[in-house]
Amino acid sequence: MTSLRILSLATVALLCGGFALAAFHAPMDANEGFVQKIFYLHVPLALVALGGFVFGAVAAVQHLRSGDPRHDLRSYVAIHLSLVLGIAVLVTGAIWAKASWGIWWEWREPMLVSFLIVFLLYCTYQPLRFSIEDREKQSRYASVFAVTAGAFVPLCFGAVRAAESYIHPQTFNSTDNLPGSMWLAFLVCLAGMTLLFVTLWRFEIAHKMTRARVRSLKRRLGGVDDPVVGRSAAPQLSSP
Amino acid sequence: MRRAVGALLRKELALELRAPMTLAGMLLFSVTTLIVFHFALDERSVEGDLAAGVLVVTLLFAAMLGINRLFVTDHEEGGFDAFLLAPVDRTALFVAKALALLGFLFALELVMLPIFALLLLGPTLTAGVLGKSLLVLALADVGIAVIGTLVAALGIQTRARDLLVPLIALPLLVPVVIGAASGLSPVLEAAGDAAVPGRWLAILALYDLVFGLLAYAVFDFLLEE
Repeated sequence: MTSLRILSLATVALLCGGFALAAFHAPMDANEGFVQKIFYLHVPLALVALGGFVFGAVAAVQHLRSGDPRHDLRSYVAIHLSLVLGIAVLVTGAIWAKASWGIWWEWREPMLVSFLIVFLLYCTYQPLRFSIEDREKQSRYASVFAVTAGAFVPLCFGAVRAAESYIHPQTFNSTDNLPGSMWLAFLVCLAGMTLLFVTLWRFEIAHKMTRARVRSLKRRLGGVDDPVVGRSAAPQLSSP
Repeated sequence: MRRAVGALLRKELALELRAPMTLAGMLLFSVTTLIVFHFALDERSVEGDLAAGVLVVTLLFAAMLGINRLFVTDHEEGGFDAFLLAPVDRTALFVAKALALLGFLFALELVMLPIFALLLLGPTLTAGVLGKSLLVLALADVGIAVIGTLVAALGIQTRARDLLVPLIALPLLVPVVIGAASGLSPVLEAAGDAAVPGRWLAILALYDLVFGLLAYAVFDFLLEE
């Protein structure tokens, strides 16, 4: 549990530091002005969410190979945290679009459109789990879905990008004229966001593991099982 | 493997020949959808971008009907159990089903394209236009067949099958829609058919390759009991 505490403190420090750097140290963007500061929130969120989806796919491959339900739990938690971050990505993206182009949604903007498609695909992950009763089959099918969807992420971005002309702020194609202080702020923000994801992920895994352990201990003591409040499609661990 | 695929494919075709439900349903659905498009767009004829979009959307939704029905008989009549008892590679079922779906889609397009040209398409359907359209559609069909078979197998064991299959398959097929619609639109232009841009054929082929290999690798896990 100490490692979780250290991780939480590091997350808070890095995120606050990153946003402080972004607000005070990084220079104002010449074209967009203050609006461009949302870049330090939107882009790390998007990268971490996509990374979470890919991590979910990797854990799903491990689950399919080993059949270990803990890998399924890792995949599940990563995907559902990424979905939560995904909502934030779409909202901040829409705000940025409104501020810099005057419209809430821009179809000619391949990143935002691809992200929406990927997000909609992953929205079916929970319903898929919910609609399969058998636990073992549920986790296997969910992993097949996670692997397929993980491979879909890069393909979707490639295809949508090929279809549209570019109007997205091409930050990474023009690295040479991105000042060092902007890079520094961005990298600290990205590291902070990654740590936030890892912290939340670790907390949820710890919570689910602990709950499974408490349940099995109660059962062993002969006590009554707590009534399950609400249905959950989360992987159930039967701890030893 | 090859013999198993052949036997399964013969079974699919025999079923479809005895009671041509899937193919006839898909065809009727696509013609009805063309009528819906005529009134919804209020156009007497379409060309270029619009024609490509109408054609691809019609075929995609018709394909959804076929995908939804793909494993229903196997699930209800015990075809899965019989197949699992047979000492053959499980992937044979995937290959056979995908080939059957591909065959249905291609047959549908052979009939659908002349009807589309008659009812809604502005430019005349010359042999060149037909050939190029079929080339683009064939590449799109491979992607639809692969994803369709995978998602149908994923959905067949769930309680909300009819709801989940289109919800999962449609976002996965967006790159196919992009590739097919963009590839078809210069062919269906009123000013005479232009060449299909190679970029779209490459994107469709890449999609088919990636998901073909992936589905081949993960399909086993959907069959274990």
